[in-house]
Amino acid sequence: MLTVEDLKTYFHTRAGIVRAVDGISFEVKAGETLGLVGESGSGKSVSGYSLLGLIPTPPGKIESGTALFGGVDLLKCTASELQSIRGKRIGMIFQDPMTCLNPFVTIGQQLMEPLFIHEKISVSNARIAALEALREVGILDGDRRMAQYPHEFSGGMRQRIMIAIALILKPELLIADEPTTALDVTMQAQILDLIRRLQRERGMAVIFVTHDLGIVAGLADEVMVMYAGKIVERARTRELFYAARHPYTRGLLASIPSNHSGGDLYNIPGLPPDLGKPLAGCAFGPRCSNKKDVCGMGQPTIKAVAPLHYSSCVRIQEGSL
Amino acid sequence: MKPENLLELQDVRTHFPLTKGTLFPRLTGHVKAVDGVTLDLKRGEVLGLVGESGCGKSTLGRTIIKLIRATSGQISLSHEAQGGVQMIFQDPYSSLNPRMTVFDTLAEPMLVNGFATRATVAVKVAELMHTVGLAPRFMRKYPHEFSGGQRQRIAIARALALKPRILIADEPVSALDVSIQAQILNLLASLRKRLGLSIIFISHDLSVIRHLSDRVAVMYLGKIVELGSTAEIFAKPQHPYTRALLSAIPLPDPDLERNRERVILAGDAPSPINPPSGCAFHPRCAYATFQCSQRQPVLARQGTSETRVACINL
Ligand SMILES: Nc1ncnc2c1ncn2[C@@H]1O[C@H](COP(=O)(O)OP(=O)(O)OP(=O)(O)O)[C@@H](O)[C@H]1O
Ligand SMILES: Nc1ncnc2c1ncn2[C@@H]1O[C@H](COP(=O)(O)OP(=O)(O)OP(=O)(O)O)[C@@H](O)[C@H]1O
Ligand SMILES: [Mg+2]
Ligand SMILES: [Mg+2]
Repeated sequence: MLTVEDLKTYFHTRAGIVRAVDGISFEVKAGETLGLVGESGSGKSVSGYSLLGLIPTPPGKIESGTALFGGVDLLKCTASELQSIRGKRIGMIFQDPMTCLNPFVTIGQQLMEPLFIHEKISVSNARIAALEALREVGILDGDRRMAQYPHEFSGGMRQRIMIAIALILKPELLIADEPTTALDVTMQAQILDLIRRLQRERGMAVIFVTHDLGIVAGLADEVMVMYAGKIVERARTRELFYAARHPYTRGLLASIPSNHSGGDLYNIPGLPPDLGKPLAGCAFGPRCSNKKDVCGMGQPTIKAVAPLHYSSCVRIQEGSL
Repeated sequence: MKPENLLELQDVRTHFPLTKGTLFPRLTGHVKAVDGVTLDLKRGEVLGLVGESGCGKSTLGRTIIKLIRATSGQISLSHEAQGGVQMIFQDPYSSLNPRMTVFDTLAEPMLVNGFATRATVAVKVAELMHTVGLAPRFMRKYPHEFSGGQRQRIAIARALALKPRILIADEPVSALDVSIQAQILNLLASLRKRLGLSIIFISHDLSVIRHLSDRVAVMYLGKIVELGSTAEIFAKPQHPYTRALLSAIPLPDPDLERNRERVILAGDAPSPINPPSGCAFHPRCAYATFQCSQRQPVLARQGTSETRVACINL
């Protein structure tokens, strides 16, 4: 469905170059869910934006890479080609609902807009589709709710409205960036069921960015872990949880509150590296308790360490960890 | 006011008018976002506030800090808590000024309130950034240059800059990876221990609530339906809504998560514009009887348990 090779997105700021996404490659298959987890600030959202041509340029720039989606390279599309793919064939749910909902337009109009742009549809049919989309994400009283503005909704309702907008055209690929952070767990279960149903019925592929490892455990077929602009580990879901092969992933799993009883929680010591400075060796090295001399020699590359299991840890690759 | 309390709420209601038409708006109803909440917060206590999306948690927080006026009811602050209430807002992006750098965002309130001088402010800002896991080198950056989780930490740092007595934290860790989340939770726990900070912690992440809170309040459609100690609520949830909620916590373990039983909530979430009669939860409740659609349950102790529950069938 989607094959990304060597994607690099840098920001050229006053303070220097920020290597937000620094050479990532992955693929997503039809009907599958790829879970994307990782450190805050590691480039997960920027990766999603890059695929949809939504990087603010300048200061941002896609430095290299290809992203093949149904025979088209998303990174080399013209603005109008992208426009016709975005929303129609690829749906996006943004991390921050308020940056994508227009505060001055009623949510009814915002729901119907993609239908008017991409499909020949009458106003009354668009209304019916919008009401149905709202109901599917658990918002009742649609008739009155459609006339309201974004600020009149709760955080989780805005998030659900955005989910409804992203799904209203039944995309082939959904990029969902933290789509359920503002939802209670029962509502979240309902939304995840909706996504699963669309995958079953239509083979929709999903890239699901989240910090909630419980969601990943239940939803993802494959998981990718990012750290400092790079993918450090990638594996089928069970493999990743039960046999993690990167010290960062292991630290992350050890920090989950439910893996604790009382006392302070474990957290990985130290701060992430400055993405503006070139790194000597592994980016996680300075925070890693397994660091040895080999870790400081050259940039690690991600390699297969077991069937369908990839890790960028040099020590794991050479079998000394 | 009880001496151990910093904050008391008595039957607080916050309703939003619903209007139709822009030129000559006509009142067509009310959103009863908060509808009769009675609650207290003790010194040094963490009170977890959980509940369905849209049930009124953020509105309750905004009402307590007087950003919204309560429609009715009483909010009292103890003497020591006067002026010492801060809120971390749910939506970090819209609560940060896009034209202010992190330094300005954090320095200004400290200078205005005398927590720092021109000479010490840079050091204090750097310290504060460090405690929330942000490298001080980010000081001169603007909000749009940060990731979602980095912004959330700026919002946390800003709320802590003023050394509050009461902190209302609305989903403060939802955008953070679990390692940074652990760091922030440890920080809040230590502030509570060291300074007696009281926290109302709003979150959908029940494992976080369980770890941090002393007591938990469960809200449903503007009302509290269960209130008790964290240990008791997690060990023995009584209200049918609480039970459904706890059964839906995603488990970070693929085999357990894919093979477990959930209480599926039948029907749609109710609307605060047209709340159901009687108990607001009755249309979705597996145990509902005719009585449930007739009588509004009150929050009361059941048997020997300290937990208070609003359900007539217990
Ligand atoms: N417009 C911008 N200008 C400069 N730097 C930016 C800009 N947008 C993002 N960045 C930087 O790029 C890096 C990656 O950001 P991104 O939003 O992709 O992180 P993320 O992995 O989604 O994190 P989170 O989990 O916190 O949302 C961050 O370090 C961020 O500071
Ligand atoms: N300014 C407003 N004008 C009109 N209605 C509002 C306003 N703010 C909130 N509401 C309504 O009040 C209700 C409660 O919203 P609130 O934001 O308090 O929910 P919440 O419990 O914080 O939900 P979430 O978990 O999704 O953040 C919702 O029905 C919402 O539509
Ligand atoms: Mg992000
Ligand atoms: Mg809220």
